Amino acid sequence: MIRILSILVGLFFSLALLWSFGTGAVTVMSEGQFKAPTAEHDFHKHPKALRLASDGAFGRFDRQQLQRGFQVYKEVCAACHSLNLVAFRDLAQLGYNEDEVKAIAAGFEIPVYDKHTGEVASHPGLPTDRFPPVPYAGMGSPPDLSLIAKARHDGAAYTYSLLTGYQDQPAELLRKFPDARTPEGLHYNPYFANLNLAMAPPLTGEGQVTYSDGTKASVDQMAKDVSAFLVWTAEPKLDKRRQTGWPVLGFLLFASVLAYLAYRNVWAGKKH
Amino acid sequence: MSFPWANEYKPSHPLMQWMDQKLPLPRLVYNAIGAGYPVPRNLNYMWNFGVLAGFCLVLQIVTGIVLAMHYAAHESVAFNSVEHIMRDVNWGWLMRYAHANGASAFFVVIYIHIFRGFYFGSYKAPREMVWLLGVVIFLLMMATAFMGYVLPWGQMSFWGAQVITGLFGAIPLVGEPLQHWLLGGFAPGNAALNRFFSLHYLLPFVIAAVVVLHIWALHIPGSSNPTGVEVKSESDTVPFHPYYTAKDGFGLAVFLLLYCAVLFFAPNMLGHPDNYIPANPMQTPAHIVPEWYFWPFYAILRAFTVDIFFIPAKLMGVLAMFGAILVWFFLPWLDKSPVRSGHYRPLYRKFFWFGLIPAMLVLFWCGGAPAEEPYVMLSQLAALYYFAHFLLIIPIVSSIERPDPLPFSITEAVLGQDEKSALGQTEPSAA
Repeated sequence: MIRILSILVGLFFSLALLWSFGTGAVTVMSEGQFKAPTAEHDFHKHPKALRLASDGAFGRFDRQQLQRGFQVYKEVCAACHSLNLVAFRDLAQLGYNEDEVKAIAAGFEIPVYDKHTGEVASHPGLPTDRFPPVPYAGMGSPPDLSLIAKARHDGAAYTYSLLTGYQDQPAELLRKFPDARTPEGLHYNPYFANLNLAMAPPLTGEGQVTYSDGTKASVDQMAKDVSAFLVWTAEPKLDKRRQTGWPVLGFLLFASVLAYLAYRNVWAGKKH
Repeated sequence: MSFPWANEYKPSHPLMQWMDQKLPLPRLVYNAIGAGYPVPRNLNYMWNFGVLAGFCLVLQIVTGIVLAMHYAAHESVAFNSVEHIMRDVNWGWLMRYAHANGASAFFVVIYIHIFRGFYFGSYKAPREMVWLLGVVIFLLMMATAFMGYVLPWGQMSFWGAQVITGLFGAIPLVGEPLQHWLLGGFAPGNAALNRFFSLHYLLPFVIAAVVVLHIWALHIPGSSNPTGVEVKSESDTVPFHPYYTAKDGFGLAVFLLLYCAVLFFAPNMLGHPDNYIPANPMQTPAHIVPEWYFWPFYAILRAFTVDIFFIPAKLMGVLAMFGAILVWFFLPWLDKSPVRSGHYRPLYRKFFWFGLIPAMLVLFWCGGAPAEEPYVMLSQLAALYYFAHFLLIIPIVSSIERPDPLPFSITEAVLGQDEKSALGQTEPSAA
């Protein structure tokens, strides 16, 4: 009885799926393609390769680079993008000493809302404060950057490619998709998912920031440095995680060997 | 239960004797997972995964309790409280990654455990109840994992909750009110987040209770084994302790090695980047995908694209998705072959390796891919095979198949000799 029922139910599901498959197949055949081509699909590029000191299982943050990246954030990105999960005290991890952290914090105004009157006052930042919200009135909605390296596929390679990827719209794109012209006020960037980005090219030329360590501030260098910095803001505990991981794996490898020997010992002479 | 030759618990220490008289808990443990439980001697490594699943449950409960101490289930702060755990709580990042990857590890283990059951016919009499309880555990795990994924209140949390509760909206007449009742609102919000947190904390303990029943039911007939031949004599078994505690200890160490490699070096590999974006009801992600362990069933959900008479395609998909798991409940009665193990079922074995496994892998792949061609068509073919496998092929194969000859006993399978000479050669079981 149950098997007859099951065969009936099985036939029902199978026929429904065959029907669905047939409908899909007919559509594909009549259109001659799986999916109508789109500009986003044909012209979106995979991020460029980016090699950072923090990559790989043995990677470590390059603090010098993180400091440079922080400088780029502070002098360029911070005009529009907040960093609200990072506290000034965290900057000590980049190698700044206590006085430097205090000075950096004091450079930011922290808004304070009066609970009773609703009025906004502000005070200079303290190391315990987090980076303040950034008021923005322009087009688009600049995301907070604290987690951006983990919130996008390919992380730092993506931010690096985006920052260095602005270009004119390829003629081929306009030939194939005449309707896909970049709208007024947007900027063409093949590394952005829908190709047109509200953010104007933020890194415009060499020497936009002046690095105190003497590194030449090319657009490429600035993009690399700020991408490295954003890896740190997304996961400040990255170094500690890997430093913890190796001894743990070493111990577990040793434990596995011991456990295997114990297993062999217990089962010695017992065929199984 | 036990086999008549099972070791008896004989406490030697006066304290343990006293305890045994007042509350024989040590005796229970001894008989359940100690030297008092005789287990077939020929279990292979596939039999490690039950213990590993139990370990994962404990791991999830322990890390989860710690996380709950620092997490705040309110839509305005949930996302930031998770980041607070990652940044400011001592070893919080470890707890959170251990929990998130622990869920994935749990599902890896449980899928292997379930497919072990499929191949070796572990669901067959006299172990139907073990199997049924196992399917209940799997369903509870899915509910728990789904609600847990909502808690960080990222984009995938929010939209996943929207899509999954929307499935209930497909039920005719009561669907929409039911969805609103489940969510406590018209869309996922604070009410949903709070109840999901409450249930996410409750369900693991329900799972633990069903696990106790699962193990209890297992101990009535005793463990199955790779030959599928039932235990006949003492020489077929070894005491669980020390034999399988030693083997499970090795399995556990290897499991931990792999788990920690992911945990420390690729903890976001199995997650979706969008869940590091705070939930935003005004912005739908380009592709809403659940966690990887739901992909096969998500693919089945999306495989139904045409209305069947009066049944809308969406409802068909929902029925099929739940049906895909509910069908496992009927498996013991669909498969009438008296032979349990796939080792001795040449035809069933072919359908398992060349049908079910590839179909499952295709469903996995398609479930994580966007809902466009050719993935939809591939998932339709794979889903077709999936249902045909359980509802058509298994009943038919079990009637027409001619199984290979079975060994007389486990001992004979292991030693290649008949019962009598084998018995003469084996030493008495270790205490």
